[in-house]
Amino acid sequence: MSDPILEVSGLVKNFDVRASKGLRVVHRTVQAVSDVSFDVISGRTLGVVGESGSGKTTLGRCIFRLIEPTAGSVKFKGQELVGLKASKLRDLRRNMQIVFQDPYASLDPRRTVQDAIMEPFAIQKIKGDHKKKVADLLELVGLAPDHARRFPHEFSGGQRQRIGIARALALNPSLIVLDEPVSALDVSIQAGVINLLQDLQNELGLSYLFIAHDLSVVRHISDQVAVMYLGKIMEIGPSEQLYTAPLHPYTQALLSAIPEPDPVTERERQRILLQGDVPSPINPPSGCRFRTRCPIAKDICAEEEPALVDRGLGHPVACHFADVMPVKVSISSIAG
Amino acid sequence: MSSEVVLSLRDFRVTFNTMNGPVQAVRGVDLDVHAGEMVGVVGESGSGKSVTFLGLMGLLPKSAKVEGSGTVRGTEIVGATSKQLRSIRGKRVAMIFQDPLSALNPTHRIGTQIVEMIQAHQDLSKAAAMKRAIELLDIVGIPQPDQRARQYPHEFSGGMRQRVMIAMAIANDPEVLIADEPTTALDVTVQAQILEVLQRIQRDLGTAIVLITHDLGVVARVADRVQVMYAGRPVERATVDNIFQHSAHPYTQGLMASLPSTSGERLIPIPGSPPNMLNPPPGCAFAPRCVHALAKCTVGDPPPLVLVGTNETACVRAHELAAELAGEVVGNV
Repeated sequence: MSDPILEVSGLVKNFDVRASKGLRVVHRTVQAVSDVSFDVISGRTLGVVGESGSGKTTLGRCIFRLIEPTAGSVKFKGQELVGLKASKLRDLRRNMQIVFQDPYASLDPRRTVQDAIMEPFAIQKIKGDHKKKVADLLELVGLAPDHARRFPHEFSGGQRQRIGIARALALNPSLIVLDEPVSALDVSIQAGVINLLQDLQNELGLSYLFIAHDLSVVRHISDQVAVMYLGKIMEIGPSEQLYTAPLHPYTQALLSAIPEPDPVTERERQRILLQGDVPSPINPPSGCRFRTRCPIAKDICAEEEPALVDRGLGHPVACHFADVMPVKVSISSIAG
Repeated sequence: MSSEVVLSLRDFRVTFNTMNGPVQAVRGVDLDVHAGEMVGVVGESGSGKSVTFLGLMGLLPKSAKVEGSGTVRGTEIVGATSKQLRSIRGKRVAMIFQDPLSALNPTHRIGTQIVEMIQAHQDLSKAAAMKRAIELLDIVGIPQPDQRARQYPHEFSGGMRQRVMIAMAIANDPEVLIADEPTTALDVTVQAQILEVLQRIQRDLGTAIVLITHDLGVVARVADRVQVMYAGRPVERATVDNIFQHSAHPYTQGLMASLPSTSGERLIPIPGSPPNMLNPPPGCAFAPRCVHALAKCTVGDPPPLVLVGTNETACVRAHELAAELAGEVVGNV
């Protein structure tokens, strides 16, 4: 079971942008994803967390080549996807599907649920009567078979997301990329969709790449978690280990910033309050990209980029000081 | 709570007239906000938490009918003329919103916009108002405030813009600051900074703050008291500790059970979806989704808040459920 279903290595995506400098137009490069490598293990979930601009969404799309990567390699079940002919890529996409964040924008308002779920069969030119399959899929995601003839506007956000999941499951894929699948949903509805995703994984042996900004949701659903900052992976490791003993100062700050739904914990815990905002990816800081906000940055952090290496602590981390202070950076506590 | 009530809502109602008929977005909200406290108003989309305060401030379109009572230290706002409202808004009650960019004028310097806010309510010279504006930027934690005051909104990041909005909101020392999802559009590390600014304002300036949010974690971090809303009505009210530790209303309990916990236990979602407010169900609006609902829950008027133990809860079965829960605890021991 420990075979990787997806192997990503050295993935880079640069976007060319036109910025104005006074009256002149200058061409700049945004490094949205910068030398990212990871594996997704078959039947497991890799969570990718990061704040806005960390490149997590671009990463998800590069894997499908919905956005063409600038460099690097993406292997699905050992087959290289980068540079593959469109027809071959389409065949492979039967086995890998994506679910998007916005359940309102990802369904065509003028087509019935049945049409939406049957579209993958048409794209893949799979002939036959798929109505039975549609009914089965709807039941699988917790909807009723007679919902097939209805239109998207008749459904709530949570139900629409279930339709999106049913569509992704239509071709029996083995890998699903979930790009913020629950962040548009209210918490009471979100819980049902998370449970559904876990049940489907257990029943069908699916592998997930789960991209989200909500760290507690990612912890709940993931076996492994990768933390991204400005296009790079800062730290990647087993979920429990990463959350209970984070090694990177950014992960530590991020975890301490999430408000926990428990007033007593909130009063007692110490918090690392990061200064400022995420810098622009057009001109990322030299050396370590986090150094401008890092509470323990030293000179070397500006000069040399730390490699993502496992220092025998169980999970790889990209920080010059991860081995000298493996427990916690000194925390400036703020009184609550 | 012994301190003085600064903002008080009684049987506050907002109805929107739509093509399909009247939508009862807010159906009788009572709330007292005391001097210097932070009250969290929690609810999911459509619960009426934002509309309540937009209605109070006279910021809703004409199709909205606002009824009931809303007073600021005894001054009635509901039904006030627009001139009266102008003297209250920004002066005695200030409000900040989720999206600070759309609340700032892109063509004016930040300093000028704060000066405008100050001069609308205080008789200060332009130079004195600018001095005060720079002071305010400093209070909300903007570095180099004298230089930043000369910049335009697009030169500020999202978190810095929200700080500017807070600076404008506290410019005239309001008695109440209403913060409507102030950190929802921000990243979690920036959210932590903004929450810290709000706590500092509450502590240092003694401003009462109403924090409207869907995020129970945010409430747990900063609120003193919490009011939970569902389908346009308050369903539970208590101190922050009691809301989280002794939730009494089945809806509040359902919200807590829906949250992912660190133990990784399976989540328990609330079945169904919120009612259509064109035609809200009789009795308790939560009854159709409630695991404890009986026939008596679905008749008559929506239940009012009553004190059960430490929490005020709007549930006709509150005493029975509390007894059951106590029985279970005893049983387990």
